[in-house]
Amino acid sequence: MAPITSRRGGPGGSQLTRVITTVLLGVFLVYSLLPLFYLVVSSTKDNTDLFTSFGLWFSSAFNLPGNLRDVFARDDGVYLNWLWNTTYYSISSAVGAAFVSTIAGYAFAKYRFPGRIPVFAVILGSIMVPQTALAIPTFLLLSKIGLIDTPLAVILPSLVSPFGVYLMRVYAEQSIPDDLLNAARVDGAGELRIFWSVALRVLMPGFVTVLLLSFVATWNNYFLPLVVLSTPELYPLTVGLASWNSLASAGGGAQPLYPLVITGALVSIVPIIVAFLFLQRYWQGGLTFGSLKD
Amino acid sequence: MAERQGRNSGEAVPAFPVAKLPGGAARNKRIRQVVIPYLFLLPFLVLFVAFLILPLAYALGISVFADRLVGGTVFIGAENYLRAIRDPAFLGGVARMLTFGAFQIPIMLGLALVLALVLDAGVTWFRTLFRLGFFLPYAVPSVVATLIWGYLYGQDFGPFAQLADRFGLPAPNFLSDSLVLASIANIVTWEFTGYNMIILYAALQAVPGELRDAGAVDGAKGWQVALYIKIPLIFPALLLTAVFSIIGTFQLFNEPQLMQPLAPGAIGQAFTPNLYAYSLAFTNQQYEYSAAISFALGAVVVVCSYVFMLLTSRREARG
Repeated sequence: MAPITSRRGGPGGSQLTRVITTVLLGVFLVYSLLPLFYLVVSSTKDNTDLFTSFGLWFSSAFNLPGNLRDVFARDDGVYLNWLWNTTYYSISSAVGAAFVSTIAGYAFAKYRFPGRIPVFAVILGSIMVPQTALAIPTFLLLSKIGLIDTPLAVILPSLVSPFGVYLMRVYAEQSIPDDLLNAARVDGAGELRIFWSVALRVLMPGFVTVLLLSFVATWNNYFLPLVVLSTPELYPLTVGLASWNSLASAGGGAQPLYPLVITGALVSIVPIIVAFLFLQRYWQGGLTFGSLKD
Repeated sequence: MAERQGRNSGEAVPAFPVAKLPGGAARNKRIRQVVIPYLFLLPFLVLFVAFLILPLAYALGISVFADRLVGGTVFIGAENYLRAIRDPAFLGGVARMLTFGAFQIPIMLGLALVLALVLDAGVTWFRTLFRLGFFLPYAVPSVVATLIWGYLYGQDFGPFAQLADRFGLPAPNFLSDSLVLASIANIVTWEFTGYNMIILYAALQAVPGELRDAGAVDGAKGWQVALYIKIPLIFPALLLTAVFSIIGTFQLFNEPQLMQPLAPGAIGQAFTPNLYAYSLAFTNQQYEYSAAISFALGAVVVVCSYVFMLLTSRREARG
């Protein structure tokens, strides 16, 4: 998306307006970043400093390395399991969901087949079905077929992305000219081959957007893994951290857990924030895209 | 399915030799128009049916049956649903979410709209920094967001309590009965304002330059251009964010569930409908009733979103 051009001398272009609006946005920026700043500051404190020093500034001792060591050592290094599980669940779900949504969106965009309109309407309508309302029925269903408490119980439901299909349909409609497909047909290419070697290349930016959205959704998911997993070694970071936190809140334990929860939380968001900063063009691309068309 | 794949492998034959035969051409065309698209849809549709349609159907199914000591599993029809619509715990949760949505959604979307309009007007410094900074909380898992805010709210080592203490004031109890809903609303606002702002900002960027300039030429002030030109033009995007927010509100689970240990008195087992369904299934083992609550909740969401869209689209047509 092209950056908007600054309209010098346009409406509200005065210096005073500039200062007032910048301050306004600055206040909201502080609100947005303050909790993250608190997390960073707190991860450098040991349990005593956490309770005695001022929460929004560093204490004299720098205990981040010690906290990190504790995070990875606790319960025979179960945190490393969680980190790996989250990565594994997120990547599998993202790649799968992006592929399945892309090929489905392409079919809706580029073929006129019987049932196209009602089937798409059902998929679009399902965006309104709350995902969390599905978690408990999914749990009950998966326990019937013995898939409960396995990685697949998290990954398979995460592959269904009606919003991804919608995005890819819009994207395919706008980015693939029919002439391109017809030219390939005249050259004698089969439909599968056309998708694989012609369409998919054009659809790549949309594919990456759905990939990222699904990746983040799975990385941040809590309800579904909470419901379908019961073995701590299979937990993703979200469920693992929540379990440590409830232990910490229950209190009275021999080892102080708050520094672990805080440092563990910090470590868990570093990859996603890095991904977000480097790939923000794609994220925003996806969000913008869904709204523009509507 | 085997038949479909069989036809598909025939498709690999180059198109034009076959096209010389009228019958082959027709068959070929039918394959292209029917079999191929469904083949492409197959992976999604299988997953869609398995993890969306089937769970819903299953929830509906078990919610209309009950295990009885005498007679085994019997059909009880709408009994669970009649129970739900008279269940104060469920209704209380729905009412709480309506209150929550009535305040939190306008505040969040109002903020998002103002921020997007200011960014779009291009009159501030550091626009990229602001855009990135506002969006950053969306990348933070709600679990982590709730943990952080829970600590910030804390009476013991929360910085707000510490500041109040320093000035000799009583520490505000963010987790009390009267404030806990607002405290949760703040977490949700923190998480999603930037996300909604990006959607609105993108829609604003698509407003054609001539329209903005026309307003400016007519001598309209910046806020007038915003109010009379930009906001009506991005109304569909605003509607989209509102519907997503309504859906999100009724699903509220992570934040109250994680804050429960911090505020056990204020956040009960039925604080939100989703929390209620969860407790029914996993604490009380009442799977049938829990499924009925899940299904009823889904229905409430679809109806509310639909009614909202109907009302707003009518207003839009009139305006």
